Amino acid sequence: MIDGPLGLLAELTHACPLSCAYCSNPLELTKRSAEIGTDDWRRVLDQAADLGVLQSHFSGGEPLLRRDVVDLVAHAAGLGMYTNLVTSAIGLSRPRAEALRDAGLDHVQVSIQADEPVLSDRLAGISSFDKKMEAARLVKELGWPLTLNVVLHRQNIDRIGAILDRVEELEADRVELANTQYYGWALRNRSALLPSRAQLEHAEEVTRSARERLRGRTDVIYVIPDYYARYPKPCMGGWGARQLVVGPEGNAWPCLSAHELPLPRANVQEHDLAWIWRSSPLFSAFRGTDWMPDPCRSCERREVDLGGCRCQAFQLTGDMTRTDPVCHLAPDRGLVDAAVAEANSDGGPSRSPQEPAQEPVLVPVPALVSRPHRAD
Amino acid sequence: MPLTGRPTLTRGAKMRWDATRERHVLLGPETVVVLNPTGADILGLCDGHRSVADIVDELGRRYDRVVDDEVSGFLEKLVARRWVVISSD
Repeated sequence: MIDGPLGLLAELTHACPLSCAYCSNPLELTKRSAEIGTDDWRRVLDQAADLGVLQSHFSGGEPLLRRDVVDLVAHAAGLGMYTNLVTSAIGLSRPRAEALRDAGLDHVQVSIQADEPVLSDRLAGISSFDKKMEAARLVKELGWPLTLNVVLHRQNIDRIGAILDRVEELEADRVELANTQYYGWALRNRSALLPSRAQLEHAEEVTRSARERLRGRTDVIYVIPDYYARYPKPCMGGWGARQLVVGPEGNAWPCLSAHELPLPRANVQEHDLAWIWRSSPLFSAFRGTDWMPDPCRSCERREVDLGGCRCQAFQLTGDMTRTDPVCHLAPDRGLVDAAVAEANSDGGPSRSPQEPAQEPVLVPVPALVSRPHRAD
Repeated sequence: MPLTGRPTLTRGAKMRWDATRERHVLLGPETVVVLNPTGADILGLCDGHRSVADIVDELGRRYDRVVDDEVSGFLEKLVARRWVVISSD
């Protein structure tokens, strides 16, 4: 018997007021007119609860652009799920926030792009920083635990100390400092986003001391960029093992980026979630360890890394069954090494990370490709 | 751990019965902790009114044995991971 998933990531829409160049949405965004309806999402939540899902993460795009987000949160809460809103905070007005609280929303994650408005707004592609600060304070005021999500990359990682000062000022309960994962939009913008080794060392040092300072007040989660790791990440805790994603058009996926893979689709409008999770070719494709080629197959870490990330293997090599190229044992590690060498070729960042500038410094951005706000 | 402190689940944490896995689970941001029956019994009594001593007494009666170390050890771990807060006023 296959264990049921613990978490559902409900990507309600791909539309977003922001246009971040590292967005995890697909390059081909789903049109608003193709989104599934409120009743469809209610059915998905019912089926997810039956399957064993304990947590629902409402995400996007910007989930607050869906007029039914309050109804869907209420529905998930009514099923006993832990409900989480992952938002840019644009659209989190006081009445909306109060409605979400009354619907039973348990937790809010607000993204910030930097510690101050000039860089943050430039990265987000819209004037948004002040609204985000206001919304983060509102989250605390209404009694929710607050998580701040910060995607780190070459353009903002040197400001990590100031970002952590903001985190402290906002009294966030958690902060996720997650280095960019290179899929989709971020892969397209990789050379402008991948930090240098010196930048990373600085960021890790600042994070270590902030973690000490904030102990007991704020959980500081730091995710390294796997290009600099020796071993791959155990992506999603294993393929079809713990989490599932349902996209705006109703396609279910074992992970956020799996839409890129040449595998048959599984849509909630055609199949129920139990069949999709347990029996669909998509979710069965890389479950367990039998699919692994060497060096994974004979590796003592095969149950630790779980073969790394299929999407990364596909995006970098064109073959989704290859060993994740970030592993130092992978035959394709050279592909990752080349990107890392490029990120370090100019002597690293434009200023010394040991002496971070007090004022925001705008470094020239090599042609970041912004994602569009919506597909139609 | 002061025996007079009154433990309660931290804001944003929830305990519930998981019918699929037939266990109590503790739910928080991005985290699921599967509880054993003793852990679930201890947390079920962490209502912000009972003191640690009250919980030890209650479970001692329920199990008919001494549970001091079990209760304080379990709660210390959860306090360190910010699942539980102890108020002392």
